[in-house]
Amino acid sequence: MTTTNDPEVIFAPATGMGRAAVAIVRVSGAGTRGVLEALCGRVPQPRRASLRTLCDPATGEDLDQALVVWFPGPASFTGEDMAELQCHGGRGVIASILRVLARLPHCRPALAGEFTRRALLNGRMTLDQVEGLADLIDAETEAQRRQALRALEGETGKAVQQWREDIIGAMALMEAAIDFSDESDVSEKVIADGLRIAQSIRDQIESELSKPQRPERLREGYRIVLAGPPNAGKSTLLNALARRDAAIVSPIAGTTRDVIEVHLDLGGYPVLLIDTAGLRESDDRVEQEGIRRTQARIAEADLVIWLQPPGGEACPLDGPDVLVLGTKADLGTSGSGLSVSATTGVGIDRLLSLLQIRAETAFAAGEGILITRERHRAALEDTLACLDRALAGDAEGATELVAEDLRLAARALGRITGEVDVEDVLDRLFAGFCIGK
Amino acid sequence: MHSPSQSFDVIVVGGGHAGSEAAAAAARMGARTALVTQRVDTIGVMSCNPAIGGLGKGHLVREIDALDGLMGRAADAAGIQFRLLNRRKGPAVRGPRTQADRKLYRQAIQKLLREQDGLTLIEGEADGLVVTNGRVTGLVLTDGRSLQTGAVVLTTGTFLNGLIHCGEHTEPAGRVGDRPSVGLAQSLHALGLPMGRLKTGTPARLDGRTIRWDQLEWQHGDEEPELFSDLSTRVAVPQIACGITSTTPEAHDIIRANLHRAPMYSGQIQGRGPRYCPSIEDKVVRFADKTNHQIFLEPEGLDDPTVYPNGISTSLPVDVQEAFIRAMPGLDQVRIVRPGYAIEYDYVDPRALDPTLELRACRGLFLAGQINGTTGYEEAGAQGLLAGLNAARLAGGQEAITIDRTKAYLGVMIDDLVTQGVTEPYRMFTSRSEYRLSLRSDNADERLGPLGEALGCLSVERRAHFKQKQAQLLQAQALLNERVLTPNEAAARGLTLNQDGRRRTAFEILSYPTVSWADLIRIWPELRSVPERIAARVETDAKYAVYLERQERDIAAFKRDEDLALPESLSFKSISGLSAELAGKLETVRPRTLGQAGRVEGMTPAALTLLIAHAKAASRAKVSV
Ligand SMILES: Cc1cc2nc3c(=O)[nH]c(=O)nc-3n(C[C@H](O)[C@H](O)[C@H](O)COP(=O)(O)OP(=O)(O)OC[C@H]3O[C@@H](n4cnc5c(N)ncnc54)[C@H](O)[C@@H]3O)c2cc1C
Ligand SMILES: Nc1nc2c(ncn2[C@@H]2O[C@H](COP(=O)(O)OP(=O)(O)O)[C@@H](O)[C@H]2O)c(=O)[nH]1
Repeated sequence: MTTTNDPEVIFAPATGMGRAAVAIVRVSGAGTRGVLEALCGRVPQPRRASLRTLCDPATGEDLDQALVVWFPGPASFTGEDMAELQCHGGRGVIASILRVLARLPHCRPALAGEFTRRALLNGRMTLDQVEGLADLIDAETEAQRRQALRALEGETGKAVQQWREDIIGAMALMEAAIDFSDESDVSEKVIADGLRIAQSIRDQIESELSKPQRPERLREGYRIVLAGPPNAGKSTLLNALARRDAAIVSPIAGTTRDVIEVHLDLGGYPVLLIDTAGLRESDDRVEQEGIRRTQARIAEADLVIWLQPPGGEACPLDGPDVLVLGTKADLGTSGSGLSVSATTGVGIDRLLSLLQIRAETAFAAGEGILITRERHRAALEDTLACLDRALAGDAEGATELVAEDLRLAARALGRITGEVDVEDVLDRLFAGFCIGK
Repeated sequence: MHSPSQSFDVIVVGGGHAGSEAAAAAARMGARTALVTQRVDTIGVMSCNPAIGGLGKGHLVREIDALDGLMGRAADAAGIQFRLLNRRKGPAVRGPRTQADRKLYRQAIQKLLREQDGLTLIEGEADGLVVTNGRVTGLVLTDGRSLQTGAVVLTTGTFLNGLIHCGEHTEPAGRVGDRPSVGLAQSLHALGLPMGRLKTGTPARLDGRTIRWDQLEWQHGDEEPELFSDLSTRVAVPQIACGITSTTPEAHDIIRANLHRAPMYSGQIQGRGPRYCPSIEDKVVRFADKTNHQIFLEPEGLDDPTVYPNGISTSLPVDVQEAFIRAMPGLDQVRIVRPGYAIEYDYVDPRALDPTLELRACRGLFLAGQINGTTGYEEAGAQGLLAGLNAARLAGGQEAITIDRTKAYLGVMIDDLVTQGVTEPYRMFTSRSEYRLSLRSDNADERLGPLGEALGCLSVERRAHFKQKQAQLLQAQALLNERVLTPNEAAARGLTLNQDGRRRTAFEILSYPTVSWADLIRIWPELRSVPERIAARVETDAKYAVYLERQERDIAAFKRDEDLALPESLSFKSISGLSAELAGKLETVRPRTLGQAGRVEGMTPAALTLLIAHAKAASRAKVSV
């Protein structure tokens, strides 16, 4: 069997990136060797993990110390030339590695199922293996779609949808100038109109790309706030959790009088446990200040645990990110939900595993958004480059080249918004112009 | 009673544009071919506008010509006003077009067919197909004759259950003055083919002697006409100009007041018409804010007073047609020779075809032209050519060929048809091709010539011509690649290049937008030996070089998926993991390659993965047998 080496290099993070320890980025395709040379200079010995400094070839800036493994095809997962970058840095570092990869020539984020597809094309997988994977790929596709939707919520999302509409409009004008130049309804002016639209999309994309990225909420860890009336058992629980082997604790002195923070590592995920100083109505100005801070903490929390001792006051908070926890279970029950006793240790393990699942889920989602964001950034950068070329062209003399660059811009943007089809363009064209002499 | 049954390798039914190309192509391939058509004297008739070529369409004509088809040569013989559209834009989107003298065109086609060895013209109407074991073996005519054959190409245009509308009046017809094909339509329905109904229209014809030409503006042809065929050397007949008039608010008022009498609006017509060729009533309704539309008055021939008013196709009643036409400048006294009409007809869902244009439901039966849901002479002719080639191959026991999207507009069209089907009559546009910069009208011979040679469908003359041009091209390319300049040397000769010290070949230098062939000749006078057409071609390649390189990568990716054949035996319904809806769509299209499957609407990455897996498993099973 002959294996093919796709000249287009694809990449994707292969493991959960939330775990602070390592993240693996996989690269596959004929240009993989070139990618390694660009990122770390020398290509290591095949199949030997070698420590290398990855750097951005454009700026020379160091990105990370990583273990790099080079798998020349066909003896690799996809059958193509492949590499794995095992990165150590945190999520910010990985985001920057993804970004640098996306900017290398002929290198792009993998589509759902694309590694599998290449492996399959090269006969590296059996039908049975694939049938199991199909569901996974479907799930991946669906997850990407959902993440894309989520990443596109709000202002940016609206803008991106608008760009798609606009680029179809610009293409329709340009194609009208080409395919229907002999129609009286199509004047030469349409080329200028199309370019004006392209220019406006271009400027908007540029300003979107230059916006500072919102800081990443999960960077320091998954934030859990313990809340409840005084004497509910907050600090006792905090200590009990911190003493567990399962929770690796690095106590940091509370920065304020009213808040104690403990850093835990739950199954590899960084978790920040915060004890608040009691949430209570008060006229006392100092107390009030404390309560304001507590509320601020709660607002920033990924999860609020409301501690409710037997007979204690019911949880005044509400929402999917609130967990009501019965305390002092040795003294009696306080509700139907999960309850623990710091004294006897009952329920503490269950609580810990519950918290770990919560953290894991949050990281997975955050990771998706991060990857999606990098994917979008790569697509927008490509779109921008194509639009720049379109605008630099001699529109009068080489309309077909301007149109070609617009088509490529639409294709790049389509990676975010869904493909732009000839039919979309023709629909717009025939709706806007009276064609048919 | 029975006349002795005649036998042929290939029978083509229909003497329109698809049929003429199909018959000629099959015969060029050496197949004993018969062209059966209702009236031999209407072979090559242009049912609608008297013009050949245009944007996308002109590209198709050049491709037909590259495979030694008829259309380009006939158009050159009959052309009375040549214009290269988009002359001021780049070479990829220039489309040759000509007004054609209707009679001369028909005569040119008929002459080419009569001169073709191995081709018999039979006047008669096909009534039914003889199908044996799922394969077509013969044809029965309405007069009782029966013919035996190895393959049939059906190219019956708008004739299948054709129904003409003119105002409230309807009449079964193939086109005005011709009977519809009802028996044959039944024969196709009996095969259980998926069929639908489409609609098209044509304007009234005017008596040019009653037009006040002095009140009109004129459009002339190009000073230096661009011909279609590589084999043509000069314009054959005198050239004419077209008049330009326009509709008026008054004309629009008349149309609006009579909309209830338009079959399109009264609900009398069910078939769907093309968006890019709306009737005048449609234009008035959909673009209500426009107070006038430009109308070209195109003479139908040098010695024919008939004038074709381009842009007012209509199915309004005759009295309304007359009234609104007379409301236009220059036409106040005009006499209508023949009213306009709309025609509804059956077409076969082209997704029932393989990309070879053979029907899956009946082997040996090929369809080409308007019967497949397209419109236009060029679209029909190009399909006819491929169907004719393949019918001949099949009859000769060879495998049918396909032409993919990267090779030709013909390939784009066929892939669109068999993969997407149609919702309106399909017409070619250059925007339909993602490889537009490579698929140019100036390199059709380079793209398809080698295929034509390999298939054996080129005449001796054509082959010699092609070889010569190829040699000249190679020589010109070599000349350019052997000549190099450093930026300093270039500067000394008045050309500014990037001052990077890199030596550039003449070809690379020519890729600069500011550098022309004339500049190169100044530096290297020996380049004067390169013929003008060849120089223009090379210059285009140079100017597009960066784009073409990028496109090469796309083409490579396309080819990889296209090279992975899906087994014909693959049952999409039985693939676990495919949704019922997608499996249904795949069964309708029955893609032959992974690439084609990827273009089926609603395809997902997971489904593609499954298809690869099954294709691979099947090919392994085959090997191990
Ligand atoms: C009213 C009208 C308006 C049109 N308007 C436009 C337009 O605006 N723009 C455009 O691009 N194109 C238009 N066309 C389409 C263009 O004419 C066709 O697309 C093109 O001619 C199709 O070529 P064809 O070879 O498929 O069929 P045709 O050219 O229609 O040829 C069909 C041939 O088959 C023969 N035939 C039919 N049935 C039988 C039978 N049973 N046995 C033997 N012979 C048979 C007929 O005699 C005829 O020779 C129009 C056509 C019509 C009729
Ligand atoms: N019996 C019992 N007493 C507890 C438990 N947890 C906390 N307490 C007691 O409840 C009181 C208040 O606890 P503390 O942790 O200071 O509450 P906080 O004000 O919410 O931080 C202390 O006297 C604790 O000893 C428990 O699980 N069982």
